[in-house]
Amino acid sequence: MDVLVCIKRVILAGNTFALNEDHTDIDTLHLGYTLSPHEESAVEAAVRLNEEFGGTTTLLTLGHVDSEEQIRSQMAIGPDRAIVLETDGSEWDPQATANAIIDAIKKEETKFDVIIFGSESADTAGYQTGIRVAHALGLPIVTNVKGLKVENSVARCERAVGNMREIYEVSLPAVLTVRDGIAIPRYPSVPGRIKARKKPMDVFPVEKPAAKIEKVKLELPPVKAKGATMLSADADGAQKLVEIFREIGVLS
Amino acid sequence: MILVFIDHDRGVIDDISLQGITFARSLDSSIEAVVVGGEANAALLGEYGVTKIHHATHASLTDYTPQAAGRAVAQVVKSASPSALITGGTPRGNEVLAHVGAILDLPVVADCSEIDLSTSTVKRMRWGGNLIEHAKVHTSMMIASIFPHQIAATPAPVSAEVIAFTPELTAQDTLVKIIDRTGEAAGGVTLAEAKVIISGGRGVGEDFTLIESLAGLLGGAVGCSRVVTAAGWRPHAEQVGQTGTKVAPDLYIACGISGATQHIAGCKNSKTLIAINTDGDAPIMSYADYAIVGDLHQILPAIIAATQAAKG
Ligand SMILES: Cc1cc2nc3c(=O)[nH]c(=O)nc-3n(C[C@H](O)[C@H](O)[C@H](O)COP(=O)(O)OP(=O)(O)OC[C@H]3O[C@@H](n4cnc5c(N)ncnc54)[C@H](O)[C@@H]3O)c2cc1C
Ligand SMILES: Nc1ncnc2c1ncn2[C@@H]1O[C@H](COP(=O)(O)O)[C@@H](O)[C@H]1O
Repeated sequence: MDVLVCIKRVILAGNTFALNEDHTDIDTLHLGYTLSPHEESAVEAAVRLNEEFGGTTTLLTLGHVDSEEQIRSQMAIGPDRAIVLETDGSEWDPQATANAIIDAIKKEETKFDVIIFGSESADTAGYQTGIRVAHALGLPIVTNVKGLKVENSVARCERAVGNMREIYEVSLPAVLTVRDGIAIPRYPSVPGRIKARKKPMDVFPVEKPAAKIEKVKLELPPVKAKGATMLSADADGAQKLVEIFREIGVLS
Repeated sequence: MILVFIDHDRGVIDDISLQGITFARSLDSSIEAVVVGGEANAALLGEYGVTKIHHATHASLTDYTPQAAGRAVAQVVKSASPSALITGGTPRGNEVLAHVGAILDLPVVADCSEIDLSTSTVKRMRWGGNLIEHAKVHTSMMIASIFPHQIAATPAPVSAEVIAFTPELTAQDTLVKIIDRTGEAAGGVTLAEAKVIISGGRGVGEDFTLIESLAGLLGGAVGCSRVVTAAGWRPHAEQVGQTGTKVAPDLYIACGISGATQHIAGCKNSKTLIAINTDGDAPIMSYADYAIVGDLHQILPAIIAATQAAKG
């Protein structure tokens, strides 16, 4: 079973965001990069499919070539190869991103059985790249998947709604968008990390089209610094808390 | 006229969809709605200011069918020519709008907090609401979802006319649909609806007995941080935050949780937030109404005892 997973490098936010001078971007001077937990879970889910059915996992990212760091760290748990659609690192809107991914998939010799996306990207949350790709490729798509079981080329997908789970079934090939928790990502082993360094990575430069959703500037939401009232860490503090429980109506 | 997509679960309309209608009323005086499957719900939608309901009925639309819903909404867009298509930002709302965007090849802006149709500009949420983007949308028709709980749903009663129609669907459109549900009978309070949430982070460790007892005493639900679910200490369904569940209970007690922005994204709408943490400078402190600095393993037993005594 050949699986493609689309991942996106995002800023590893600290406890607050700081903006650059003209408020067009986050000040990244002291920040590192990471992946969304949705996408880390997606990679784990793909690797489990390979373990069960054989086949390969390919990672694909559109972004700065330095995304190699995130790609290699994910390759350490199993994926075989990566495709980088290289940009200058500036933002692409979801339509432009989807179109570039569609072109790349069409050029591939591998016919992927499963193409996995995160349900939404951690930074810009468009909720749509996977759906656009599915339409363009004429493939069925199940979104927000939190449980996956493949049998006889049919994927049984679970999606959480409140305390319930909805079940969808779809024949492969198909596109899935998955959520954090579909599979808890394993820790990479040392040999895994060493192997990852030598796995093939194809880099294709791509041309940025005019944005349909054009970022003008960023703004930090007002912080509701509440100035916490301190309570003592003893029986008195506990008693005071019980009074607060009563005041706010959670204890009668 | 603004067209609002209504998210319902087997006929029961999601409150966030009513927020979507309320938001749409601030943009235009004429509001129409599109309901796919289920019931037209004319009484409720009229109560919130919808004058016309386009109700898509079809033998294949017995339950939620995402791509078919997108197809049906796209057909209403073509026939009714609204100036904008809006929905409350539920998972299904965002999903159906994305299908519409793909079908019509138009941009879709998710999680908006403000929309100006005259300039085609929006403000939208990034990072789960921790950062606001101002954007210009280059489109022939605005398609946008509204960030949940951005405004409260308020009524503005009118009488609603129902126009039933049968969308033209391809076999591909109905391939993906709900075939079953599980866990329907599961008791207990759902995290999203709980009035009280006792939430634990790395500081709690593997044993959540103290968290569970306090939640039990207050009739609340157990929540946790991603560190806890990633370690396999608690099921993922209990994770609060940007990639977990977003909650807005009357009381949220964060025990041994540092307060990373991605966790705060899920709990900052709590009415009262209490932090229990050994570190008086942890970021969670600046979001808390009340705080206790100290070891939760000593503090929680005292709170549990005092609560038990108060209940008598
Ligand atoms: C894109 C993205 C999305 C994410 N989504 C989520 C999400 O949805 N939800 C989420 O929670 N995280 C999410 N995260 C992870 C997040 O960044 C943090 O890593 C995580 O929230 C930290 O969990 P924590 O507070 O339990 O652990 P830590 O940050 O390690 O904090 C532990 C806290 O416990 C305190 N403590 C330790 N011992 C005790 C004790 N005995 N008594 C009292 N206090 C004690 C410490 O002082 C510390 O403040 C996401 C990350 C990314 C990059
Ligand atoms: N630049 C990118 N490169 C690779 N995959 C991406 C990129 N942007 C978005 N995706 C994928 O599409 C998903 C949904 O993104 P979005 O539609 O932006 O919310 C993400 O979780 C990723 O899996």
